[in-house]
Amino acid sequence: MKPLRMSGLTKEYRLGLRQRRVVALDHLDLEVEEGEIFGFLGHNGAGKTTTIKLVLGLLHPTSGSAWILDQPITEVAVKQHVGFLPESPFFYEYLTAQEFLTFYGQLFGLGGTTLARRVEELLELVSMKEARHVPLRKFSKGMLQRVGIAQALINDPKLVILDEPMSGLDPLGRRDVRDIILRLRDAGKTVFFSTHILPDVEMICDRVGILVKGRLSAVGPVQDLIGSTSITAIDMVVEGIPDRIISDAERAGATAVKRGGQVLLTLSNGLEVDYMIDLVRMHKGRLVSLIPHKRSLEDLFVQEAGGVRT
Amino acid sequence: MKRMAVIAFNTFKENLRDKILYNLLFFGLLLIGSALLLGTLTMGEQQKIIKDIGLASINVIGLLVAVFVGIGLVSKELEKRTIFTIVSKPVPRYEFLLGRYAGLAFTLFVNVAIMTAGFFGTLLVSQALPDAGLLTAIGLMFMELLLIVAVAIMFSTFTTPTLSATFTLAIYVIGHCTADLHALGEKLHGGLSKWLINGLYYVLPNLACFNVKGAAAYGSPIEMRYVLTSLTYGAVYTAAVILVACMIFQRRDFR
Repeated sequence: MKPLRMSGLTKEYRLGLRQRRVVALDHLDLEVEEGEIFGFLGHNGAGKTTTIKLVLGLLHPTSGSAWILDQPITEVAVKQHVGFLPESPFFYEYLTAQEFLTFYGQLFGLGGTTLARRVEELLELVSMKEARHVPLRKFSKGMLQRVGIAQALINDPKLVILDEPMSGLDPLGRRDVRDIILRLRDAGKTVFFSTHILPDVEMICDRVGILVKGRLSAVGPVQDLIGSTSITAIDMVVEGIPDRIISDAERAGATAVKRGGQVLLTLSNGLEVDYMIDLVRMHKGRLVSLIPHKRSLEDLFVQEAGGVRT
Repeated sequence: MKRMAVIAFNTFKENLRDKILYNLLFFGLLLIGSALLLGTLTMGEQQKIIKDIGLASINVIGLLVAVFVGIGLVSKELEKRTIFTIVSKPVPRYEFLLGRYAGLAFTLFVNVAIMTAGFFGTLLVSQALPDAGLLTAIGLMFMELLLIVAVAIMFSTFTTPTLSATFTLAIYVIGHCTADLHALGEKLHGGLSKWLINGLYYVLPNLACFNVKGAAAYGSPIEMRYVLTSLTYGAVYTAAVILVACMIFQRRDFR
């Protein structure tokens, strides 16, 4: 059973008097595996939110289909097992946190002590117990995001869809959201979330998909995409070596920057490193530090997006 | 059904926590109370003046709540994007719309009931007795408000709040002049304009049939058959408008 599957999912808009055709999402084929954290990446306007809205029935696809837990998304009942946090959530600000969670729980048909217990658990999970009787209009952005995550989990969903859950949060808030996502995976849930905050994705995602101008340009496990062993450069800081050696290193392809008595050498591959270490030892120099730079998700993202920005 | 009730109750709660509603209600009660003062300025017709002003106040305030809160019901959800979290739950769109409608209908009921209590209180102060005719007039007025809310919701499913308010108020005004439209259609000698005028006469709601305020204020008898026919017409028309609203809402994209 696939928690989420899309086949040829396409959304076109007709804009203006001339009905100019704009393709927001172009034949997206994607499968999300059970129990994984899937990161959906793309720059602003790439089609991430459009995809999520199509899957949840907020938009009608121009063509293509999608399934949640092997049920077509047109079946309203399938949403019983889905939790959703929209981007920059706006909620009923006249409700208190507790009333808000109770309301959403009732929409799932929950009630009585089961719902009261669930609300209690979630307020605890998102550290909002103290603010349970405060109306949402008095909440900060971070608090709204937390209570928003709580409403996405009220039905104990099998699939959790989060649209930009970390945007606008401070580092502590982001860490909290990251921890909640990891805990969800540990509890056997599948998490599908869109973001453009790459370090978070690299840290917690099992697989990622990169969307560029409405098309899926890369998909796979993070390590496969960025290459687990591919080292792009090595920074080597040495001291006490003669200038002649620095010139030798530059001839061999390294770049050198002098900083006081130390020299920063940036080398492009491992072979040069061995050669340079031998040279340093031979001339009684000292190796201060050696830092390898791996290819990051950000590099991959920039490469896939090709610098395209809208 | 249970989900619809949850949404309706939440809508009622939302309205209760809205200050505008209290302001309108306060203003309505003030208007009704002011009838006592105006009544003293007239010779002999004091109770008629109180009844006229009382019924008119309930009508005007009810209309303002129906139009402005009615439009906000859906457009505020779209504007504030709260609709995203509702439609992404196992809630069919028509249930959402019907729930919102029921919530406002109940709010209006409470509102009209409070103003009616104020109105009857004012009558008692001026040593007049409330009668069944007045209640009938208020009942028909309430039916008219239910129809107007349905029209307001229908417009707000596909257009902006300002346009929805304009269209709804326009429908209200034209709805009270459909007899004139009919008369105009009779005088035209065929052609497109006659066809158009007659078409409008049949499509637009005949709101004048809910207006028995004059008869009620004078204490003239109101036929039960007339009341039942008007109520049935109102209920059928309202259901048709809500059906159209649901169909538009179902097809809509929430960008």
